[in-house]
Amino acid sequence: MAEPKTKYDRQLRIWGEQGQAALEKASICLLNCGPTGSETLKNLVLGGIGSITVVDGSKVENGDLGNNFMVSESSLGQPKAKCVCAFLQELNDAVKAKFIEEHPVTLIETNPSFFSQFTVVIATQLVEDSMVKLDRICRDANVMVIFARSYGLTGFVRISVKEHAVIESKPDHFLDDLRLNNPWPELKKFTESVNLDIPDPVVHKHTPYILILVKMASEWAKTHGGKLPSTREEKKEFKELIKGKIIKDEDEDNYKEAIEASFKVFAPQGISSNLKRILDDTCSEVDSCSSDFWVMVAALKEFIANEGGGEAPLEGSIPDMTSTTELYINLQKLYQAKAEADFLIVEQHVRDILKKIGRDPFSISKPVIKSFCKNSRKLTVCRYKPIDEEFNSPILPEMQKYLADEEYSLAVGFYILLRAVDRYSANYNTFPGQFDGGMDEDVSRLKTTAVSLLSDLGCNGSTLTEDLINEMCRYGAAELHAVAAYVGGVASQEVIKLITRQFVPMTGTFIFNGIDHKSQLLYL
Amino acid sequence: MQRKIQAPDYHPLPSGPLPSVPVTVGCRSLVSSNCNTQCNSDRELLMADATAPQSSRSRDLDKLLLRPGHLVGPTFEPGTELRDDLQEYARILVVGAGGLGCELLKDLALSGFRNLEVIDMDRIEVSNLNRQFLFRLEDVGKPKAEVAAKRVMERVTGVNIVPHFCRIEEKELEFYTEFSIIVLGLDSIEARSYINEVVCGFLEFDNNDKAVEESMKPMVDGGTEGFKGHARVILPGITPCFECTIWLFPPQVKFPLCTLAETPRTAPHCIEYAHLMKWGEVHPGKTFDPDDPEHMQWVYLEAVKRAEAFGIPGVTYTLTQGVVKNIIPAIASTNAIISAACALETLKIASGCSKTLSNYLTYNGVEGLHTKATEFVKDNDCPVCGPGIFMELDTCLTLKMLMEQLEDHPKVLMSRVSVKYQSKTLYMQSPPELEALTQSNLSVPLFNLMDKSPKGIVHVTGLAGKGDTRQSCSKKLRVVFKGVGVGITDTDMAGGA
Repeated sequence: MAEPKTKYDRQLRIWGEQGQAALEKASICLLNCGPTGSETLKNLVLGGIGSITVVDGSKVENGDLGNNFMVSESSLGQPKAKCVCAFLQELNDAVKAKFIEEHPVTLIETNPSFFSQFTVVIATQLVEDSMVKLDRICRDANVMVIFARSYGLTGFVRISVKEHAVIESKPDHFLDDLRLNNPWPELKKFTESVNLDIPDPVVHKHTPYILILVKMASEWAKTHGGKLPSTREEKKEFKELIKGKIIKDEDEDNYKEAIEASFKVFAPQGISSNLKRILDDTCSEVDSCSSDFWVMVAALKEFIANEGGGEAPLEGSIPDMTSTTELYINLQKLYQAKAEADFLIVEQHVRDILKKIGRDPFSISKPVIKSFCKNSRKLTVCRYKPIDEEFNSPILPEMQKYLADEEYSLAVGFYILLRAVDRYSANYNTFPGQFDGGMDEDVSRLKTTAVSLLSDLGCNGSTLTEDLINEMCRYGAAELHAVAAYVGGVASQEVIKLITRQFVPMTGTFIFNGIDHKSQLLYL
Repeated sequence: MQRKIQAPDYHPLPSGPLPSVPVTVGCRSLVSSNCNTQCNSDRELLMADATAPQSSRSRDLDKLLLRPGHLVGPTFEPGTELRDDLQEYARILVVGAGGLGCELLKDLALSGFRNLEVIDMDRIEVSNLNRQFLFRLEDVGKPKAEVAAKRVMERVTGVNIVPHFCRIEEKELEFYTEFSIIVLGLDSIEARSYINEVVCGFLEFDNNDKAVEESMKPMVDGGTEGFKGHARVILPGITPCFECTIWLFPPQVKFPLCTLAETPRTAPHCIEYAHLMKWGEVHPGKTFDPDDPEHMQWVYLEAVKRAEAFGIPGVTYTLTQGVVKNIIPAIASTNAIISAACALETLKIASGCSKTLSNYLTYNGVEGLHTKATEFVKDNDCPVCGPGIFMELDTCLTLKMLMEQLEDHPKVLMSRVSVKYQSKTLYMQSPPELEALTQSNLSVPLFNLMDKSPKGIVHVTGLAGKGDTRQSCSKKLRVVFKGVGVGITDTDMAGGA
């Protein structure tokens, strides 16, 4: 029975078999299995993650029964890691689940090499000091980390990894690569064989818009000194010319599509600024230590500068459009052939570069290079600052901008206070408002802590509202289930993106705002 | 707008039975004695051991419900009474026990609610197991609502969940009046529209066309697709209802039949040809069943044949299923995020413990992470949640006379009117068969056609404007009959549903 395929059908439609295989190979370490950690892991276990290791040193108490679904009455007094692990295993027996009854803080202090065995470490509910230490350990070991914290009605998610390159970024809306503004010789030639003024009305209304636009653009260029429409008037005129081709009283969808797609003719030639930034990155000067990704970028750079004539390799697919079957299929083949030719050239560059830097020329496989070519316009590189750098020297102008911006006021306030409560707990061995009574004192202590933190960050004179400081004390470090499920949900979604290497993970620090849902990403 | 849960508010039908909930008093006594007297000694403890083993089950939630705050809803009255009222009196209906529903039941059960009900007509399938975490392989084929309710009750003591394994339309309108808040975890626009109409139908309006607060039943709605989703709060009469913003849902892609028949270009064209055209041709009188694997296999093989004939690549069995069943990709993480947002809003509406989402949250994780709260505006002329046009009529007024009045009524000005009352068609202009069937109603008093109810909602559709600018439109009429007593506590829930 092809059960896994059916079971994972709804997600295979998103990340495909390759993405699934990456998930099934990944090993995850979870630090602290309160609701935030448990919920993060639950979403990954359901999706068929390879293996999980749950690290938590606490025993299940009554309070845990009120916020964590993975423990129940019968777990009282037992190791939390064991109970959570058992429940997760029940969700999916394909996952290898184990637990370690140990406080994460101890593990970070005493056994740093422990973490190097994992693909991703999910660190939940850690205080600042442990975050910084863990981050250093994992950066050195090249292990991805995601930090997640739920705290009252707020919380955060932050990825930490030196660099994460995405080939299959699969953006929602992306301009297709039709080269209507810069057709290659074969496409030009194919277009020349087509007569737009053909009298047969059936053929006329089934001429695909690609051909209409390439043909009309070339006619325009002939009478405009080789230039395509660029001013508003010219664009309008061009569209009118297309409209003029429609046979009177006929409903010709292909010409309507041509008018709608005419902006593709007006688009500038060459590569996007995003891609240019990647090509110009110092990492594209490759040596024997370079990653496969940067080797391929170097090859891409050579292609664009030489054979590509300033354009990236052709993607090779075309969208559906009104057409006869035959013309459409022929066009499809034409695009595919050009994409294949471009790929072969890039492949050769890759092999040459590998040889030059002293690596096996065939150490990067054909399918990988092919996928790289097909997605070359959508390449994305995400970089994340070390945690202690952000904590000790955040980008001051950004911080000041957030502090002054109404839209960010709650989010940046929470950011400061989430850090202030950790300082507070380092000083007083408890979080503000963790226990009933003495609330006024906690509020004033937290305020003092926040003010001194702000001044340490260089934001002298900035203050947070009394209401927000009060609110933070009200939370008393509560880990509410709904907030934990939200924060854990976000963390698990990002982990999936990191592991599948598909889609673009978030950058910056995500601050959850459970008051009015004006959550924000802060880039500090 | 926050509403404190109080017994009288939420039991409009005095006969409505309360589910018997085992109320544990242990929590309460523990909370009150927890720290007031002991805080100093507790503070000495290290953080890891800070919470005593006998900590209250509502340890975390209590922080939010028992303590005053400044960034809270206007009606927030923190205290143990609020917590106990939530447990005892708040009744939440979860519509749908799928990807969102499973999460919602868990989230609500761990957010202080104890009286939950869930309605879902589906049975568990293997393809649910990648996200519907309350189900196991051995549950396949069982009703979702029943298994989901059982699993949550097994793990969260004190929670009572009543499952309803049926269609939402099968329930009497009274069923829906019983709940404090209705939370929707659905995957279809039709089902959302239905519940929306039912709930908005409960709205009563005062003489100034203002919705009466007691008649408002809050709804919280979630939806996901792949890495994207939305959560929204609908306070009928105050914030936009589902119908007010129906344009948020993009129209479904449909291929022209001539493309399928004559100029197929893509794999989906070949699949839809086999599904929509060839199946009927070869199997006259036999309905295609997308859940029958043999039917699906047949469509797949036909699609392959057609694709080969035209030289079209890309037909696979998976794609065939996707196109024919219009499968929307779904993953655990997005469902978890959206459900959590919905459950949190439900808690906030019920308790006032924080501000409420105003009023539409979108989440998009495709490229980085984008989340945005948008405040949409209610459509005052909405035929579903709007007050409608108030008309006081004589009981002897016939349907024909009403239609004549509408042509000149300054707020209506409609001609060629068709009339509906609840699910009953009173008069239809076309097609001719329906016209003939309903013609006899024209001479009957509207009062009689409305089963002599003293008031009710009538929906009319027709043409507005004059000459070339005429266009079809629909309006809601809030009809009251003169001289027939209308009690203030009247619970006749007339509505378009």
